[in-house]
Amino acid sequence: MDIHEYQAKKILAGFGVAVPRGGIVYSPENAENKARELGGSKWVVKAQIHSGARGKAGGIIVCNSELEVAQATDKLLGKKLVTNQTGPEGKIVNRVYIEEATDIKKELYLGLVFDRSSESIMVVASTEGGMSVEEISKQKPETIIRSKIEVAVGMQQFQAREIAFGLGIEPKLISRMAEAITGCYRAFSELDATMVEVNPLVISNQEQILALDCKMSFDNNALFRRNQISELRDKTQENASEVYASDRGLNYVSLDGNIGNIINGAGLAMASMDMIKLAGGEPANFLDVGGGATPEKIVKAFKLISMDKKVKVILVNIFAGINRCDWVAEGIVQALQKIEIKVPLVIRLAGTNVEKGNQILKESKINYIEANTLEDAANKAVKALGK
Amino acid sequence: MSVLIDKSTKILIQGFTGKMGTFHAEEMIKYGSKVVGGVTPGKGGSKHLNLPVFNTVKEAVETTGASASILFVPPAFAADSAMEAADAGIKTCVAIVDGIPSHDMIRIKRYMRRYSRVQKMTLIGPNCAGVISPGKAMLGIMPGHIYKEGKVGIIGRSGTLGYEAAQQMKNLGIGISTSVGIGGDPINGSSFKDILEKFEEDKETDAVLMIGEIGGPQEVAAGKFAKENMKKPVIAYIAGLTAPKGRVMGHAGAIVSAYGESAVEKVELLKECGVTISKNPSVMGETVKSILNKK
Repeated sequence: MDIHEYQAKKILAGFGVAVPRGGIVYSPENAENKARELGGSKWVVKAQIHSGARGKAGGIIVCNSELEVAQATDKLLGKKLVTNQTGPEGKIVNRVYIEEATDIKKELYLGLVFDRSSESIMVVASTEGGMSVEEISKQKPETIIRSKIEVAVGMQQFQAREIAFGLGIEPKLISRMAEAITGCYRAFSELDATMVEVNPLVISNQEQILALDCKMSFDNNALFRRNQISELRDKTQENASEVYASDRGLNYVSLDGNIGNIINGAGLAMASMDMIKLAGGEPANFLDVGGGATPEKIVKAFKLISMDKKVKVILVNIFAGINRCDWVAEGIVQALQKIEIKVPLVIRLAGTNVEKGNQILKESKINYIEANTLEDAANKAVKALGK
Repeated sequence: MSVLIDKSTKILIQGFTGKMGTFHAEEMIKYGSKVVGGVTPGKGGSKHLNLPVFNTVKEAVETTGASASILFVPPAFAADSAMEAADAGIKTCVAIVDGIPSHDMIRIKRYMRRYSRVQKMTLIGPNCAGVISPGKAMLGIMPGHIYKEGKVGIIGRSGTLGYEAAQQMKNLGIGISTSVGIGGDPINGSSFKDILEKFEEDKETDAVLMIGEIGGPQEVAAGKFAKENMKKPVIAYIAGLTAPKGRVMGHAGAIVSAYGESAVEKVELLKECGVTISKNPSVMGETVKSILNKK
C-alpha cells in the first residue's frame, strides 16, 4: 500500500527525521491561510498523488506570495496529473500540501528496500539527490553506497555513520545525518514498510538536514497489525476496478488488451496471459480468483470483467484440485444466470472430475466455447475476437 | 527415494482442529501420509480424527517421533508456529498460509540460523501448495491423484500452475519423484536452489522441472547453481511474459523491480546456464519428455 508524501513526512518526523514545516489543504482559501500561518516569503505548493516525478508533470509549484499559493492550489486541485509513473490515465489531485521553501545547499538520495537475495533491509544512498534511483544507477553508478542491515539487531550507529561519511558530509553534520538515516530505518522496520525513499534528503543553507520529499510503501500482509497505516489508504489514487476487486478478495490488475481472464492461481493466471500473447492476442487483465475458485468468487469475477468495456472475449481457465470441476462448473453456470455476458466466452476446465464439469457446462444453457488445453483455450479466445 | 518426505515420514498438523487443518489432514491420511497427530494450543490431551492433540510441538515430537509438520494457522500466528516447529526438532515444515508479513519471514529465517546445518529445519513456503512424493506421501493441499509416481522432480512457486505441469506429465506417462511448492512470497523458507541441491543428491530423481515466474533473483541463482554443480538436466518455465513492470501479479513476490527479474530476462539468463526452457506453459510436459528421451 502506498501513502502520500505529507503522510510519509509526518511518519518520518515521528522518528526524529526533520522535515520542512507544512500543512495539507483542500481549497485555495485554505491554502492562502496556511501560507500565512507558516510565514516567510516563499512556499512550495505540492500536488499529493501516489507517484514520483511530480515536478516534471507540473505538480510542484514554487510561489512568492500568498496569492500565488492560492492560485497554484486552485490550478492543481481536481486536476489529473500524468507523470511517467502514473500511466496515461494519470492520477487525480484531491489534496495539496503547502510547505515553507528550503534553501538547498546539497541534495542527497536515500532509499530503503527489502533485498530479496540477502533477505535483509538494504539502504541505498547517493550524493546525486533529485534524480530517480534508476537514473543515478545509469548515469552516476559510482556515487551509489549500499549497506545491508541485519534485521534481527537493527541498524547500528557505525553503519549509519559509514553511509554518512560515504556521502561526503562535513564532520560536524555527521551525527545529525546518522540520526536521520537511523530514523528512516526505524520507520521502515517498525511499521512493516517495503519501501522508504527520501529523495531528496537535503542539507539546507542553515545546515539543517531535511527530508524534502518522501515516498513510502507498506506490506499489505502486515496491515492487520498497522491500523494507523491502513487508515492512510487513499482509494482515489488506485485504479477503480482494482479497488473493486481487492475489496472483494480478488487479485486483479488492469491491462491494455481486450481478452478478459478469469483464472485460479497467480502462476496459472500469468501463464494463461502468456499463452494469449503467444497466440497473437493481448490480455485485458490479470485476475486470480484464488486457488479454490469458489462459486462466490467466480460470480464476483464475472461481474468485474463485465464492467470492463474494452473486453471483447472472456477466457475462463480453472484447474480444479480439491475443489472439483463439477463444483466449479456449477459455480460458472450460477454466475452466468446472474450476469449477462455479451461477448464470446471460452471455458477451459482441467483437473479433478473434468468430464463431469464439462458435461454440466454443456447441459446448461450457457453459450460458450469449450477448450481442452491451455494452448487450445488461448487460440480459441484469439480466434473468437475476429467474430 | 524422494526428497523431504516418504512413506515413513511421521507428520504433525499444526492448527489441527480448525476447519482447514481438519479437511486437509483427512485428505493427507486418505493419500497414505503417516499423520501421527496434531497441535492446537489449549486442546492438548483430546483426540481429533482419532489422533492425539498436543498443546506444544515439543510435546508432540517427544511423544510421536514426528519429523515433519504442516501449518494451518492464520498469517498473524504463522511465524510463531514455524519457529516453534524448528525449535521442537521438526525437519521439514510446510507453511501453506498466504499473507505472512515479509518482516515475519525474515524473523523466522534469522531465528533458524541458531541451528547447525544438520539440525536445521527445512521450511517450505509460505503461500504454497506443499510437498508430494507421489505414491508415498503428501504434505500439502494438492489433488494427489494428478501426480504419477516417477523420476522427475518439480519445484514451483505457483500451486495451480504446478498442477498443470503434473497433469501434462501424467498425460505423457511421465512420473514425479517429489513435487515441491516453494510459494509465491518475496521471502520464502526454501529457494529453488535449496531444493535443486536435494534433487541432485536424490538417487531416484533423473531430471528437474523448475516452474518460476517474474520477480526476485531465485530462478537465476538456481540456474547458476545447476551450471556449476549439477549433473542432472534442469528444465524451466518462467511465467509472466506479459506482466507489466512494477506491478504485483497476485503473488506478493511476483513483481519486477530490478534487472534480471522479468520473464524474458530470466529466460535468457537461464539459457546461459544451460537450462532447457519450456517455451510456453502448454509444453512443460513435452519439454521434460524431450530431455528424458535424450538421456
